[in-house]
Amino acid sequence: MFGLSPAEWTAIELSLRIAVVATVFALPFGVAIGWLLARRNFWGKAVLDGLVHLPLVLPPVVTGYLLLISFGRKGPIGAFLDEYLGIVFSFRWTGAALACAVMGFPLMVRPIRLALEAIDRRLEDAAATLGAGPALVFVSITLPLALPGIIAGVVLCFARALGEFGATITFVSNIPGETQTISAAIYTFLQVPGGDAAAGRLVVIAIVLALGALIASEWLARRAGARFHGE
Amino acid sequence: MLAVDVEKRLGTFTLAARFEAAGGVTALFGPSGSGKTTIANLIAGLLTPDHGSIALDDTVLFDSAKGIDVPPHRRSIGYVFQEGRLFPHLSVRQNLDYGRRMSGRARDPGGFDRITALLDIGRLLDRRPRMLSGGERQRVAVGRALLMHPRLLILDEPLASLDGGHKREILPYLVRLRDDGGVPMVYVSHTAAELRRIATNVVRLEGGRVIASGGLELLEKTDSDAIA
Repeated sequence: MFGLSPAEWTAIELSLRIAVVATVFALPFGVAIGWLLARRNFWGKAVLDGLVHLPLVLPPVVTGYLLLISFGRKGPIGAFLDEYLGIVFSFRWTGAALACAVMGFPLMVRPIRLALEAIDRRLEDAAATLGAGPALVFVSITLPLALPGIIAGVVLCFARALGEFGATITFVSNIPGETQTISAAIYTFLQVPGGDAAAGRLVVIAIVLALGALIASEWLARRAGARFHGE
Repeated sequence: MLAVDVEKRLGTFTLAARFEAAGGVTALFGPSGSGKTTIANLIAGLLTPDHGSIALDDTVLFDSAKGIDVPPHRRSIGYVFQEGRLFPHLSVRQNLDYGRRMSGRARDPGGFDRITALLDIGRLLDRRPRMLSGGERQRVAVGRALLMHPRLLILDEPLASLDGGHKREILPYLVRLRDDGGVPMVYVSHTAAELRRIATNVVRLEGGRVIASGGLELLEKTDSDAIA
């Protein structure tokens, strides 16, 4: 179909799966950390803020290496997860999803935090006087009002995950059918003579996916925004 | 009967107020910065007193000596804010229904229709708060607070954000509400003319203290008439 080989289709399917899983698993953490940074003052807040943003400024290879030595089979966290929960990240697509989640996380947290900071807290007070306890206020007022920021965070994280290369390839290598995403496949095709055509096809796919994500986010953000600005 | 005896320090401002309010409409009357809204927030539980006690009938809402502090969502005190504070992401109908949904009560179409009729907001139900005029917004805010069946209704300068015409538009509804006799009210205002039409008794505040409490005669000959 579309002149794509099975190997290319596999790379596309893997990329999408990894990006979706990374974003879905990052989202609850993104909301929780965004809320902590927006609403709470605590000792070590600056450190947490710095840690969250670190993958944005570190070379991706460094992030990948840090993941390798901590979440690899012999790393402290990786060994623990393997032994007690049977979860293995190294050289698996799940590891690629972890790398993508870590790389996309700062991009997700930032808009969520800004959206939470922009909410008029007096609306939450009003909800409390109407009988809503803190958890209900969060679900019925805070989250819906932060929705445009949450959508922006999800889209940015997803886009980052879709394009992630350096951290992923360092952490889980470039194994066709397991960890070879579109980006890794393009890189591989460009390394072999005559691979230009396949690389070109994947480049077009990458552009289409990125544009699709952008348009979808615009549409979603407009729908969420319309709820506040009119009927 | 509402019994308030509280102290609260906010920055350089210190509030030390003690008063009782029977049924009807109790006015908290005084110039800006006299502590009216602070008292309203303390009664509603949005602020916590440093010392003192607040009781509504036989329910202690706050008592620093006994360590009692009922959270705002369990106080059953309706609050109409100066700026309405309607939820922008919900329709008027959903705003009105919010208190019932949060407390998990069954629907009460009769009560809903009675209050939307009383406040004349029936035709606004499917609108968003953005599409309402200032007066409509405040009427919806009153309806929203009433529909949670409050034991006490606090109105904090409910007319302050409205221009003259809209002020005249909303006061009759509040008077009608008072004369229905359903719910006692605490009415915060710095405008004597407004209070003369709605209040049944008056607590006069200045600089964070109660300087007098009694009947409507406390509204006479005050500087604040000039502001109104």
